[in-house]
Amino acid sequence: MNTTATVPTATVPAATTTDAGPSVVVEGVTAGYGRRVALTDVSLTVRPGSLLAVIGPNGAGKSTLLKLIAGLIKPTAGQLTVLGGPPGSAARSVAYLPQAEAVDWEFPVTVAEVVMMGRYARLGFGRQPGPIDRERVAAALEMVGMTDAVNRQIGALSGGQRRRVFLARAIAAEPELYLLDEPVTGVDVTTQEELMDVLEAEARAGKTVIATTHDLICAAKRFHEAALINGRVVAQGSAELVLDQHLLAETYGGHVLVLPGDGGRLVIDDAHHHDDAPSGERHFHDERR
Amino acid sequence: MDPIAFLADPMAYGFMQRGLVAALLVGVVCAVMGTFVVLKGLAFIGDAVSHAAFPGLVIAYIVGAPLYIGGAIAAVTTALAIGLVSRRGRLRFDTAVGVLFAGTFAFGVMLFSTIEGYVTDLLGYLLGNVLGIGFGDLVQVAVLGAIVLAIVLAIRKELLFATFDPLGAAASGLPVAGLEYLLLALLGVTIVVSIQAVGIIMVVAMLVTPAATAQLLVVRFGRMMATAVGLAAVSAVAGLYISFYLNLASGASIVLVETLFFALALGLGPKTGLLSRAGQPAAAATT
Repeated sequence: MNTTATVPTATVPAATTTDAGPSVVVEGVTAGYGRRVALTDVSLTVRPGSLLAVIGPNGAGKSTLLKLIAGLIKPTAGQLTVLGGPPGSAARSVAYLPQAEAVDWEFPVTVAEVVMMGRYARLGFGRQPGPIDRERVAAALEMVGMTDAVNRQIGALSGGQRRRVFLARAIAAEPELYLLDEPVTGVDVTTQEELMDVLEAEARAGKTVIATTHDLICAAKRFHEAALINGRVVAQGSAELVLDQHLLAETYGGHVLVLPGDGGRLVIDDAHHHDDAPSGERHFHDERR
Repeated sequence: MDPIAFLADPMAYGFMQRGLVAALLVGVVCAVMGTFVVLKGLAFIGDAVSHAAFPGLVIAYIVGAPLYIGGAIAAVTTALAIGLVSRRGRLRFDTAVGVLFAGTFAFGVMLFSTIEGYVTDLLGYLLGNVLGIGFGDLVQVAVLGAIVLAIVLAIRKELLFATFDPLGAAASGLPVAGLEYLLLALLGVTIVVSIQAVGIIMVVAMLVTPAATAQLLVVRFGRMMATAVGLAAVSAVAGLYISFYLNLASGASIVLVETLFFALALGLGPKTGLLSRAGQPAAAATT
């Protein structure tokens, strides 16, 4: 248990990644809320150009991990390095997309205003947006296919459209690191594909993308890397290796059913949160390296 | 009756002139702050802070200090204490505010009962009397109100982001906790400035009602604030004239006019009203 891992680096397109240092290093981090511990002794390294899916059951600490990296909460033990400094030190280069539930959708703001918020940190206090900012906002809306909706109130949009707009806000911030909490949860298939296309392009351009997701199919098909989390890191590595039936069973506790038949289809019952601690941490090596 | 004389006659009185200026100032500052109060769900905090100002006023009266100073210290301290409780506390937030609110007000009432004789000045603060405002008070209202407005307008985009999406704003490097404390402190100042006009008990209406009405009518933040300011200004003027001609309490008249606008917006407005179901465009990509 807890042997030092040689975590396999993902099968990322080679061009962008090799020489730059890691964009996120998490070392032995423990964190929680009040007396409840959400994450124990978590270690992860994420390199520029990564497209990493953070996967695990409800209450596994996925959002907590993103908040730690964003500097929104402090660890009780361990340390993090984000873009070369402590979390929050390079906040302008970090775009964080909160879960849909964390936002008041009745709020009187238009799509254009929401995306412009991505520019605020760059603008600084008291300065109002100028032509360059409006250009970036327009370009970001174009990328997510929401140009026609600029003047609509955010609450008048569908769930998928809201996610598109928030991703546009993140893009408008021109970040080095994307921290996306459930960016493709509850959206239609077309939106999911288009948002993943955008994220993949950003990763190819050398940006780091870390996203939590419940959607294992999307994780397997569209992400390069995956980290399985259940209060601790069960495994991290290339998506195809990590999304393994035994590892998923370990991550999701008893709530995985392997259906008989060809290849053994996997069904995960993720409706309830259970406190059963998973068994020991496992590490996987990519045999093909 | 001649409409010009109807409007001009009351202005022959100095107390009406001062009252009108004070009611407009208080209405406008409250409407601007109220936009954030409504969007952040701070109505209960506003009520708590205005009640908490009472012991400050009483202590200032007893020691012979300017009442505004005492009220402001008590209100701002309470507002910041509430902010601290909301970030650190283990109790349910509304419970903590309820305890603080009733406790501080009771403390004020207890102190008040130790004062010998009938203290009109202090009782006036409970219900307010905008027509009793003196020139010196008016200057204080104007200066403090201008400071609050200047700060809010200067950092409105940061306040907007931090109110709409506190996590996203904090992650992008905005000092969200600092902005929240600043907003609470400004709320404390706004409340103290408004107490003499409309009283401790009705300040919360000045904060909440115009902004809530505006939210029923428009879908943009800037327009919501502008609409709230407009409603507050019209209500202040209309309320004062009603108060003058019908010989009614001034603060209550202003608040009731604001409430009437709210009822109209609720009943007839585009979002909730009777007209909202008819003729609403289907979800189109344009507005």
